Amino acid sequence: MKKFDKERVLLAVAGPVIALAVAFVLSAIVLIASGKSPVEPYTLMFEQASFSDIQVLIINQASMYYIAALAVAIGFRMNLFNIGVDGQYQLAAMMAAIVGAHANLPAALQIPLLILTAVCTGAFWSGIAGVLKVTRGVSEVVATIMLNAIATSVIAYLWLPNVFGVKVGNNNTTGEMYESGWVPGIDMGDAGEIYGLVFLAVLLGIAYWIVLNRTRFGFDLRASGASESAAAASGVDPKRMVLTAMLLSGGIAGLAGLPILLGDTHTYSLNFPTGIGFLGIGIALLGRNSPVGIAFAALLWAWLDKASPELDFHGYDKEIAVIMQGLIVLSVVVSYEAVREWGLRRQQRRVGAELAAGHVLGADNNTKEVAGR
Amino acid sequence: MTAVELAGITKRFPGVVANHDIHLTVRKGTVHALVGENGAGKSTLMKILYGMQKPDEGTIAIDGQQVTFSSPADAIVRGIGMVHQHFMLADNLTVLENVVLGSEKLYGIGAKARKKIKEISERYGLGVEPDRLVEELGVAARQRVEILKVLYRGATTLILDEPTAVLVPQEVEALFDNLRELKAEGLSVIFISHKLGEVLSVADEITVIRRGTTVGTAVPAETTSKQLAEMMVGSELPTPETAESTVTDRPVITVDKLRLEAAGGKALLDDITFTIHAGEVLGIAGVEGNGQTELVDALIGLKHADSGTITLIEEEITGWATRKRREQGIGYIPEDRHRHGLLLEAPLWENRILGHVTEKPNAKGVWLDPKAAQEDTRRIVEAYDVRTPGIDVTAASLSGGNQQKLIVGREMSHKPRFLIAAHPTRGVDVGAQAAIWDHIREARREGLAVLLISADLDELIGLSDTLRVIYNGKLVADADPATITPEELGSAMTGAATGHLEHDETAEPGADTPEIRKSPEAPEDEAR
Repeated sequence: MKKFDKERVLLAVAGPVIALAVAFVLSAIVLIASGKSPVEPYTLMFEQASFSDIQVLIINQASMYYIAALAVAIGFRMNLFNIGVDGQYQLAAMMAAIVGAHANLPAALQIPLLILTAVCTGAFWSGIAGVLKVTRGVSEVVATIMLNAIATSVIAYLWLPNVFGVKVGNNNTTGEMYESGWVPGIDMGDAGEIYGLVFLAVLLGIAYWIVLNRTRFGFDLRASGASESAAAASGVDPKRMVLTAMLLSGGIAGLAGLPILLGDTHTYSLNFPTGIGFLGIGIALLGRNSPVGIAFAALLWAWLDKASPELDFHGYDKEIAVIMQGLIVLSVVVSYEAVREWGLRRQQRRVGAELAAGHVLGADNNTKEVAGR
Repeated sequence: MTAVELAGITKRFPGVVANHDIHLTVRKGTVHALVGENGAGKSTLMKILYGMQKPDEGTIAIDGQQVTFSSPADAIVRGIGMVHQHFMLADNLTVLENVVLGSEKLYGIGAKARKKIKEISERYGLGVEPDRLVEELGVAARQRVEILKVLYRGATTLILDEPTAVLVPQEVEALFDNLRELKAEGLSVIFISHKLGEVLSVADEITVIRRGTTVGTAVPAETTSKQLAEMMVGSELPTPETAESTVTDRPVITVDKLRLEAAGGKALLDDITFTIHAGEVLGIAGVEGNGQTELVDALIGLKHADSGTITLIEEEITGWATRKRREQGIGYIPEDRHRHGLLLEAPLWENRILGHVTEKPNAKGVWLDPKAAQEDTRRIVEAYDVRTPGIDVTAASLSGGNQQKLIVGREMSHKPRFLIAAHPTRGVDVGAQAAIWDHIREARREGLAVLLISADLDELIGLSDTLRVIYNGKLVADADPATITPEELGSAMTGAATGHLEHDETAEPGADTPEIRKSPEAPEDEAR
C-alpha cells in the first residue's frame, strides 16, 4: 500500500511546514507592529548561515540541543513529560567535570569514565522522579521541576571552595580537567573547531531509532505511550516501564552538556550554558519525537541562536529570534494536533471509500469478494 | 402532538453505515422505547438527536419545527436532555453543585437553585436531597440526580440510554414510576433498551432498530416479546448453537476459591471456583458490573488475587505477570477492544504484534521482526476476512467488526490453550458475529478451553457447554445450556435463584405476554 506511505510522509511534513510558516508570519507581524522591516532581519540571518564560522557554532550548539531533545522525546514517546532534563544535564556535566579534574586515567579509559559518570548522574536524578511516580504516584512533571530547583542548589554547594569549587577571579569553576579527558575536535581552520562529541549525538540518534522501532522493548515503550491500558493488557508492566523510561531519559539528558565540556570549556563554571533542557522540549516537539525531525529542529534552533546576535548591529533586537522560537513552539502544538486529526479522519474516509469500491486486501477475484460479504 | 420527529436519518462512518433512513416519531406525554441489539445503531441515533453528531441525511423536527443541532447545547435549548448510561457526576461535589454546574446562569448557585431543585424533585417524586455529597449516593440515586439535572435545564424530552443496565429490579420499578410521573406532567421520554420485558411494561410505543435502520413500530398491548425479538434480530439471525459436545476430561484452567478485594477490603470477587476442560466453553451470565470485569482481570493478570489459586494445566499461575500468562497460552479477547485490545492510531501490523511482542513471528530474540509480522498480518487479514485495503492503515480506520476479527485472528494465531472471550461479538455486525462464533467453535473442537462472558443470553446458551451465573462477585448458580431458557437465566442473574437451575417445564413457552412480564420482574414481585 504505497499510497498510505506517501500519505504518511505528506502528513509528517505538513505539520512542521505549517507551523514554521505561521511562526514566520507572526514574527513578521511583530516586527511590523514595532515599526521595523519585516523582511530584513530574515535576510540578515540567512546571510549569517552562509559564514563558515557561524556554521561551526550552529553545529556545535545543535549537537547539545539534539541530545537534550532526544532525552525529552524518549519520555514523550510514552507520555512522560521529563521537564527535568535541564537539571539533569547540568548536574551531570558538573559531576563529569569534577571526576575529570580529579581522576587521571589514559584517554581511552578517561573519556568513557566521564561519559559514564554523566549518564549515571542524569539517570540518578531523573530516577528519583521515576521512583516517586511509581511508588507514590507523584506526577513526574511536578517532581522534575522540583528536582531542577534542587539541582541548582546542589551545584551551588558543590561550587563552594571547601567542597569541589575552584575560584578563578569572580568565576566559580570546578577546576581544569586533566587533558586525558579532553575530546579533540575537528579543526576547520579559521572557522573554528567542531566538537568531537557531535558524533556522539549522531550515534545517539541512530540508537534511539533502532531501539524504538526495532526492539521488543521499544515496541512496549511506544505501546505504553499510545495506550496505557492496551499496553498493560498486552503484558507490559506499567510501573517498570515508567521507571525504565525515566532512567533512559535522564541518562541521555546527562550527556547533553558533554560536547562543550569535553570539547571546549574543560571545566564547569558560571559560564556553562544553561536552559538547554528547556529548549530541548520545544525542539523535541517540533521534531515530532523522530530522530531526523529533531535533527532539523535542533539545527533550526541553533541557527536562530547563533545568527541573531548580528541583528544588534543593524538596529534590530536579537530577541526577535527568541520570540520566533516561542511562536514556533506554539504553532507546532496547534498545527500538529490539527494535522493529526485531519489525517486520521482522512484515512478513515479513504479506507471507507476503498472498501466500498471493493479494494480489499486479498480479494484477487470477484468470487472472494462475494464470499467475504 | 409530536414532540420529536426524526425522518430519513442516515449517518455513515468509515466502512459502515451506522444509521440508514431512520424514522422515529415521539408523541408528547409518552414513553417511547427504542429497542435493538447492541450495535444496531441506537446510540448513534440518540447522539444525532442530542447534537453530538450531525446526520449525513435526514431531518429533525422538534414540536413540529425543523431544527439542526451543531452541539448538545443547541439540543438543550430546544428541550432535549440526555441521561447517559455512564453518569457524568463529580463525586466530591454535592447534588446541588452537580446540578448547577454549567448552568449557573439559570437560577444562580444558591438558595434559588436549591429551591428549584426541591421543587422539581417533589413534582416528579425524585426524592433528591440537594445537599448530599454525590459520593454518598447509590447508583439509583445518582441516576435520579442525572434526571433532575436534565429537568433543571428545562428539558421536555428526555433520552435515557440503557438506564436499567446498572439497576436492581426494585430500583427499575422505582425508575419506571418516575418515568410515569414525567409523562403525566406532559414530558416525553425516549427509553433505549434491549430488555424487552422492561420495554413492554413501561413504554407507550416502541420503535425497533435493526442493523442501522427502523424495521417497525409497535404498541405494547398488541405485541409480544417474541414478536419484538424477531423484529430486533430479523429472521436470518445466525444461531450460535454448537452441535456436538467436545468436552474432554483434561482440565486446562482451574480456579480455586479466588478472592479479589477493592481498596477498602470489600470483596469484588469471592469464592470463585471453576474448572474448564479442553474443548469446553464455560459461559458466565450476569448483569454487567457483578464482577465479570474483575474476573477477567484476575485471569489475565491485570489484577492479582488476594487469595485463592489459578492453575493452568499443571502449573500454578496465580503469581505470574500478564506477559508470562500470554506467552504460556492464555488468549484474550477483551471486553473493551479500544482500551485493551488495540493501538488505534498504529497500523494493523503493529496491532498484530500487540500482546505477543515476545513471540514468533513478531520477534527474534530482543529484536522485532517487522517483515515477518507484516507477512503474518496479511495472512490473518485473509484468513479471518478482515475487510481492509491494506495492513498499513490504522486500526481506527476499520469498523468495529473488522477490528474484532483482527483481534480474534491475532489471539488464535498463537494457538492458545485457554481463551478469555469477553463479549466477543459486542458491537459487531451480524456477519462478523457468525464468523467469530465459527472461529470459537473450531478452536474448541481442537481442544481449546474458553471462558465466555457475554450479555447476549442467546450467545451464551448457544455456545457454552456449561453455564454459571455471577452475581455480586460470586458464582451463585449453574445451569445446563441444553435445557435452560434465556428467561430462566435472566431471573437467576438478578440473584433470585441460586444453585443448580432446573428447567421448569410448566413455565413453557416463553411466548405470551404474561410470561414475559413474569420473568425479569419476578424477583421484585416477590419482594413486595
